[in-house]
Amino acid sequence: MIKAILIFNNHGKPRLSKFYEHYTEDTEQQIIRETFHLVSKRDENVCNFLEGGLLIGGSENKLIYRHYATLYFVFCVDSSESELGILDLIQVFVETLDKCFENVCELDLIFHMDKVHNILAEMVMGGMVLETNMSEISTQAEAHSKMEKSEAGIAGAPARAVSAVKNMNLPEMPKNINIGDISIKVPNLSSFK
Amino acid sequence: MALKIVKGSIDRMFDKNLQDLVRGIRNHKEDEAKYISTCIDEIKQELKQDNIAVKANAVCKLTYLQMLGYDVSWAAFNIVEVMSSSKFTFKRIGYLAASQCFHEGTDVIMLTTNQIRKDLSSPNQYDTGVALTGLSCFVTPDLARDLANDIMTLMSHTKPYIRKKAVLIMYKVFLKYPESLRPAFPRLKEKLEDPDPGVQSAAVNVICELARRNPKNYLSLAPLFFKLMTSSTNNWVLIKIIKLFGALTPLEPRLGKKLIEPLTNLIHSTSAMSLLYECVNTVIAVLISLSSGMPNHSASIQLCVQKLRILIEDSDQNLKYLGLLAMSKILKTHPKSVQSHKDLILQCLDDKDESIRLRALDLLYGMVSKKNLMEIVKKLMLHVDKAEGTTYRDELLTKIIDICSQSNYQYITNFEWYISILVELTRLEGTRHGHLIASQMLDVAIRVKAIRGFAVAQMATLLDNAHLLTGNTQRNGICEVLYAAAWICGEFSEHLEDPMQTLEAMLRPKVATLPGHIQAVYVQNAAKLFATVLQKHEGETDSQAAQETSQLLIDRLPLFVQSANLEVQERASCILQLVKYIQKLQQKNVEVAEEVTALFAGELNPVAPKAQKKVPIPEGLDLDAWINEPPSESESEDEKPKAVFAKEEPKHYRSRNTEVDEKELARRREVRKQEQANNPFYIKASPSSQKVYDAPGVEHIPVVQIDLSVPLKVPGMPMSDQYLKLEEERQQKEKAERKKKEKKKKREKRGKGRKADSGPESEEDITPAQHVDIVTEEMPENALPSDDDDKDPNDPHRALDIDLDNLLSGFSSRPLADSEKLPVRTHRPEVLKSPAEDRVSESVPPETKKKSSKEKKEKKKDKEKDRKRSKEEKKKKKKHKEVEEELLESQPEEPVQSEETKEAAAPPTSTSAEASDLDFWLSSAPVPPAAQEVTVPSSAVETSSAAVPESEPDEPKDTEPEDTKSSKHKKKKQKKEKEEKEKKKKKRHHHHHHHGEAGGEDSVQNGTVEEEEPLPPMSNYSVLAENSFIKMVYDIQGNHQDESKVVVSIIFENKSDSFLKSMEFNVLDSLNSKLQRPEGAGPHDGLTVPFQLPPGVSNEARFVFSVQSIVMPQKLKGTLTFIVKSDESSTHEKLDFKLHFTCTSYLITTPCYSDAYAKLLESGDLKGSSLRLEGINMPFHHLLARICFHHHFSVVERIDSCASMYSRSIQGHHVCLLVKTSDQTVSIDAKCDEPSLLGNVLDELKQTFSKC
Repeated sequence: MIKAILIFNNHGKPRLSKFYEHYTEDTEQQIIRETFHLVSKRDENVCNFLEGGLLIGGSENKLIYRHYATLYFVFCVDSSESELGILDLIQVFVETLDKCFENVCELDLIFHMDKVHNILAEMVMGGMVLETNMSEISTQAEAHSKMEKSEAGIAGAPARAVSAVKNMNLPEMPKNINIGDISIKVPNLSSFK
Repeated sequence: MALKIVKGSIDRMFDKNLQDLVRGIRNHKEDEAKYISTCIDEIKQELKQDNIAVKANAVCKLTYLQMLGYDVSWAAFNIVEVMSSSKFTFKRIGYLAASQCFHEGTDVIMLTTNQIRKDLSSPNQYDTGVALTGLSCFVTPDLARDLANDIMTLMSHTKPYIRKKAVLIMYKVFLKYPESLRPAFPRLKEKLEDPDPGVQSAAVNVICELARRNPKNYLSLAPLFFKLMTSSTNNWVLIKIIKLFGALTPLEPRLGKKLIEPLTNLIHSTSAMSLLYECVNTVIAVLISLSSGMPNHSASIQLCVQKLRILIEDSDQNLKYLGLLAMSKILKTHPKSVQSHKDLILQCLDDKDESIRLRALDLLYGMVSKKNLMEIVKKLMLHVDKAEGTTYRDELLTKIIDICSQSNYQYITNFEWYISILVELTRLEGTRHGHLIASQMLDVAIRVKAIRGFAVAQMATLLDNAHLLTGNTQRNGICEVLYAAAWICGEFSEHLEDPMQTLEAMLRPKVATLPGHIQAVYVQNAAKLFATVLQKHEGETDSQAAQETSQLLIDRLPLFVQSANLEVQERASCILQLVKYIQKLQQKNVEVAEEVTALFAGELNPVAPKAQKKVPIPEGLDLDAWINEPPSESESEDEKPKAVFAKEEPKHYRSRNTEVDEKELARRREVRKQEQANNPFYIKASPSSQKVYDAPGVEHIPVVQIDLSVPLKVPGMPMSDQYLKLEEERQQKEKAERKKKEKKKKREKRGKGRKADSGPESEEDITPAQHVDIVTEEMPENALPSDDDDKDPNDPHRALDIDLDNLLSGFSSRPLADSEKLPVRTHRPEVLKSPAEDRVSESVPPETKKKSSKEKKEKKKDKEKDRKRSKEEKKKKKKHKEVEEELLESQPEEPVQSEETKEAAAPPTSTSAEASDLDFWLSSAPVPPAAQEVTVPSSAVETSSAAVPESEPDEPKDTEPEDTKSSKHKKKKQKKEKEEKEKKKKKRHHHHHHHGEAGGEDSVQNGTVEEEEPLPPMSNYSVLAENSFIKMVYDIQGNHQDESKVVVSIIFENKSDSFLKSMEFNVLDSLNSKLQRPEGAGPHDGLTVPFQLPPGVSNEARFVFSVQSIVMPQKLKGTLTFIVKSDESSTHEKLDFKLHFTCTSYLITTPCYSDAYAKLLESGDLKGSSLRLEGINMPFHHLLARICFHHHFSVVERIDSCASMYSRSIQGHHVCLLVKTSDQTVSIDAKCDEPSLLGNVLDELKQTFSKC
């Protein structure tokens, strides 16, 4: 079982948090902080597993994380998950994001948290891995957004126009913080199909 | 209206959407909290509006704020509102918000039940998907109970997308509502073989999660998983399954044996490291479970260790980490194979990654031997010095102590060295583990008697330099060591060289800054030291010095008397008074030393922590028996509390013990006393004046000569190294000696490999310098092993510990009781389910039916995508539709049907059958995968086959020639398997027949019957014979594989209220038909029915008959004999019967395609005949269904009121029918290549319809 999925940046700012067990908002923030503390002090080239923080189950759970450019993707899992498998899953997740957002960067995650949630929901459900096939996940995500667009129809047009205008004067939308090092060596990603 | 919508959307333009909110927060970095609170106010306004789009937008923003840590539970109701929007866009926002912030305590959740149910059955698969996803996060026990049935229906949804989500969410439902597990399990199991890999993987996932918590209940699924493991190519699935096997093997070692080979193959073949790693892990688990009895498992271990070495040597830190992790598992059972990789692991200690270093440390624990302990610890000590960061250093410290102290200091050959190590460790600054070191010091000093002298000297030095330890920080944990030092110096003060100096050190004013409990020990032990000093001085008749000592105490103790700590104060004032008194006596020149020493006389023996608990109750002691006469009745009435105890008394009363006479008791007491006297460790009641170390029984402890060249008692200088050097020298010497002796031999060994010198050459010849008084004396004699593993009662998985075995087959010995059915909404009769339906039909709730046309349209759009799949699905859909319709329409008859099925489904023996099935699977040598397919068949087949196996006389004898009995057994079982395999397909049909839905099902094969009124219940079972004790009904089925055999299934029903046993079934064979008897039985012997019948129970048995000619019907006479056993008597009874083999029973339902059918008719090989039936007033499809059902035909084609049908006999005769109907008249034109068979079949057809 996956207990929680957290994404935060190099400064510990949460970009997405999904807890599959209930915690109060305060505890959730503490967990994020604790996890950030544990993960951020690790060097780049050390292993990607460590024992969970005290708040989220301690040594029964493992934190499995990957660090991409400015973002940490952390999965907190128990012993029934395969460590390397989850590592690959994170890779699948990030690659799917990359596909759906076309060259994903931190800003995409900041402004479209809901979208990220929806993509994640096609991958992990209630703490269990639902789908590991990248194309299947992105197909479903696309189908969802297609539905959304068709529903918006005419009524949604003005709102879309306004948001387009709003986005135009965005000085801070550089797409350059992409996950340049996505080609981090993954043990046998191709074997998961 | 339209205006309102436009206005609404214009309003929306100026609302903040999520992006605006995020942007705003980023622009207000300084006053973020303030900005957000204004935003929340805005959101509150938005939520008050009617426009759902505005609300959804607000809820979306709330979801973001929730992530930032704001409590948004106040908007729970609005979230529910958004969830119930009809638009997918908003619905999804609502569900997302709900999944983020709803939990069991959210009270509005109960409002969502109906909404979720509606969404689950929505025509739009994405609505359903979103609802499932959301529900998975916030399902509560109530929701689980109310929706379990709906979700279960979704498990058979046409879309794999929904199926996989429904399957996965079932786990959450089980957790919250454990009662749903039993009813849902058969379907869940079915999903393990779903055509869609996603669904399959989801099912594997769920079952693995379930099985991980309660593995024993899922052991019977092992064959199925085994099959999946050997066939699946999905690494995710494989990993899950392999992990599951890892959990199952400890329960069933035979499973492990079976697994080794395929796992080894996988290890060799896979390129995926994750899979490789899990395989290795499971192999390790298997090997652990097979701790004995597998001769060739050393190869597997070698393979694992070898692969792990590759992982550890990899440059990828992750693989290194995992490799070490797995290695530590091997270490527990096979330390030797890991020890040869010591070099690698020591190398990992230098790794820059702390996680890896910690794992390597774990491994070291098991790798030490007497020989290398000092060396390894030296290395660790170096790391301790280098380690920055206290956590890792503390970890190192605990590991050093763990390694040294493991299994009663088994590997320590020189305790002086160990004490030195401990003393060196005290110099660590800021460690939290002072108490750990202290307890080690105490432990060693107490238990290793020979080391006390050395220990005391070291401790005295420590005390002398206490200021170095306490140093600057008060809360420094290391000062705990002083506790141990003070106690050791006091308790074993006779070993002190200069007790006076130590006494002085213990009474320094600085001591008062130590924690209270340490001061208390100081004071108490100062008194002990005082006694020793006195004795020493009086021995030397130096009364001056003795008085000076008393004065010292009197001077220093008042400091402690003023202590804030109660314990310190009390002890100090007590001792102060004592010393003052002693001083008075001393001034009178009285010799006091003897008496003062007596205060602290007596040996403290180590006692194991559980010793008291494990004291066995001595024979003759009855703790429940009265010691004195029990108080009289009247007394106990007066005193109520006493009565409570008196009540319990008779429960454990053992009369035997009270009969032991006085003499016997006295004798026993004497023996016990003797025993105690001989036991030096028995703590005697009276204080002995002598210390026990010179008591008898201690001479065996070798006292080591303390090497005078050894420790310089200057703290701050490492001393332990010297021991290492000594040890090395000793080893060198030994080696040299040995080399001289066996030079030649050694050379040979070297040539073979380095294993020779790294392995523990001769552990035994290193004799430890000192002995540890091990557990034996700390435990009472014949201590009882006690198990203390209790489960956490709050574990939610405990509730899921449900026996599922008897569910695994379609018919169960413990069928689902009414109370176990999933709750269904009662006001909707369509979904009413009988257990029968549950099993047979993949019913879809009525809502889906309406949409199916819509879905079809949708389908056309993406048809190009995946033709094959959509085709399949269409087929299925059709099936669904029909079954559904039938279900809807056949409502009124349902009770009848289910009754019937219950009757058929009663056999109570299946659990054992199931178990034996697994046994078989496990015990047999590796079977080709095809054979495993059959391993979890329906129990009906199972029971029948118990009777069948004897029927195959020419069974190839390919089973292992083991001891005769068991091999015979196995053979039988193997036969059974084969039988089952043959019958499996047919059996499925057979079950359908029972439920009266077979007509529909069969005719669907070629896609025709699509209508109308419900079918009446049908059964092929007809009464064979009946008396007041027993009723027999039977059905005859042809056998696909064997053209000369038919199977007669007989259900025996016990009508009496007595027990029926020893049933024997016999028939009088005719020339044409013979009952198949076991080898060696005579032609007239009966067959034993393989079960007994308790009152009111029925069970089915099958008998195989061989037939030669099938063209004619015939009857066989037979008898059933049985014993009726009631409480008082048993009688022998007998029942005669006539078995009627109709020609129909030789026909087998065989599907035929219309083109093949046409060719067959054209061929001209068939001879025709015809039949006319008048006055048939049943619907045409009923008529067809009846023919299909009773006479084993299948519909080839149907056009309006005309249908062509086909069947085939077991000997390959084709039978074709053309059935036409026009107002109450049915004409049947028939063709067959055997006219007499055809004639008889037609006669039987006629008879069938004349009956109704």
